[in-house]
Amino acid sequence: MIGLPRLRVHGVSKAFPYDGGSLLTLDGVSFDVAPEEFVAIIGPSGCGKSTLLEIICGLQSADAGWIEIDGRRAESPGKQVAYMPQADLLFPWRRTLDNIILPQIVQGVPKKEAEAKARKWLPLFGLEDFERAYPGQLSGGMRQRAALLRTFLTERDIVALDEPFGALDSQTRRRLQEWLAGLHGELGRTILLVTHDVEEAILLADRVIVLSSRPARVVEEIEVALPRPRSPLASAFVELKGRILGSLDRTGTMG
Amino acid sequence: MRQAAPVWVVVVALLLIWESATRFLEIPRYLLPAPSAVARALVDSLDVLIRVHSRVTLLEAGVGLVTAVALGIAVGSLLHLVPLLRRAFYPLIIISQTIPSIVLVPLLVIWFGYGMLPKLLIVVIACFFPIAVAVVDGLGSADAARLKLLRSMGASPWQEFILVKLPTALPSLFTGLRVAATYAVMAAVIGEWMGADAGLGMYIVRSAHSFRTEQVFAGIVLISLYSVLLFKIVDWARHVILPWERYVTEQQATREQKT
Ligand SMILES: Nc1ncnc2c1ncn2[C@@H]1O[C@H](COP(=O)(O)OP(=O)(O)OP(=O)(O)O)[C@@H](O)[C@H]1O
Ligand SMILES: [Mg+2]
Repeated sequence: MIGLPRLRVHGVSKAFPYDGGSLLTLDGVSFDVAPEEFVAIIGPSGCGKSTLLEIICGLQSADAGWIEIDGRRAESPGKQVAYMPQADLLFPWRRTLDNIILPQIVQGVPKKEAEAKARKWLPLFGLEDFERAYPGQLSGGMRQRAALLRTFLTERDIVALDEPFGALDSQTRRRLQEWLAGLHGELGRTILLVTHDVEEAILLADRVIVLSSRPARVVEEIEVALPRPRSPLASAFVELKGRILGSLDRTGTMG
Repeated sequence: MRQAAPVWVVVVALLLIWESATRFLEIPRYLLPAPSAVARALVDSLDVLIRVHSRVTLLEAGVGLVTAVALGIAVGSLLHLVPLLRRAFYPLIIISQTIPSIVLVPLLVIWFGYGMLPKLLIVVIACFFPIAVAVVDGLGSADAARLKLLRSMGASPWQEFILVKLPTALPSLFTGLRVAATYAVMAAVIGEWMGADAGLGMYIVRSAHSFRTEQVFAGIVLISLYSVLLFKIVDWARHVILPWERYVTEQQATREQKT
């Protein structure tokens, strides 16, 4: 990689206390992400992907190792990374639109302005008829879409997404994947995507990082040097998919 | 309405049994008046009951309750925000709840006489504790994951309080308010027992002294009515202020905990 990485994960280890002992979850995870790169992180369920993402966002501390953003050690949360947690964590007492504009409200954007900005995106996310609904009135997939839109309106250079398309039907997923790919191209944000879906990883990412089962280590970093837009039917795509699945098979069961 | 119907059947049946029992067993009126006698007493003195006695009691209960809510929210928030204060005072608040606040009535009379002030104070004391405890518990039960998410957006501690902790505390506050609402009228009535110029409690005690038992019952009917009314007002306010509550199902709550 040429130049300074936007994000550097440096020997991050993390253990959780468990049953009187301790559960090693991340074991010296290191990788770099270049500016405007799209990196997918894939690994067996329970290996520590969500934990890693929280450490990157500064929401948990690492037992060893550190996170560097633009060459500086990142400490406090809330400054550089827009984070979409695995659970949508919408606020049940706020209407959908109010949930979506939450990061802007936190950043002090006037409500009218934030709303106007968010409304433009509602049709693409299929939420235009539901802006006044409470999260309890939305389906699981709609909640996820609202959470995804909320993350993007956070306006940070780095975006960390924890399985953002998990609860979606295949058409909606495809539509939002395309949107994410386009957005990445246009806005030049650096994207970290945790996913279970190998195809999704290859479809979107510049590079796929494969983690081992717990404790997570980086097993392999695979460049996806396919031209965009990518088709899952292309032979190079299929070949790459086989390679990543093989890599995952060697690390343990796929989650 | 359909769900409430069986209740009314029971109520009417009980009233009928009561009415016929007092007639056939010839129970003296000063021991147990028939419901019809109670109703007559209620109608006969309705004017003075409403304009004089109810007014006083409801004023004590209402002003006391509102004061207790304001105090309870302020003190509860303070205890939440200052851990040292919480550790010092919260256990005392919990323990003091086991003492029925009504035992303080004679003391308050000694200190503040027979005016309205001691009655107000007893209502405030009775209602304050359930509200303060509800606020401390509610603020403390804010979901850690949502707080984390908010922090990842760069929220200040004040924003955390306003955007997550307060909304989480509101349902708990209303539950405390429900309890407090049932205490309010009762506390005012008992406050009047030790002596007052007017009020339903005073009316009941005076009627009892002259063996006007049907008037005692009439007072009880009104007190129950007001308690239920206050209770309903709290529920209605909860419904209006927390419209989202009806959409949060058990299923969603557990689904969220799993992920
Ligand atoms: N706060 C915590 N306290 C204790 N153990 C934890 C905590 N968070 C995660 N763990 C443990 O760490 C391991 C990794 O959890 P994590 O949520 O990071 O996995 P994951 O890779 O995201 O899994 P999935 O793909 O199923 O979402 C699990 O074994 C989990 O039990
Ligand atoms: Mg996870």
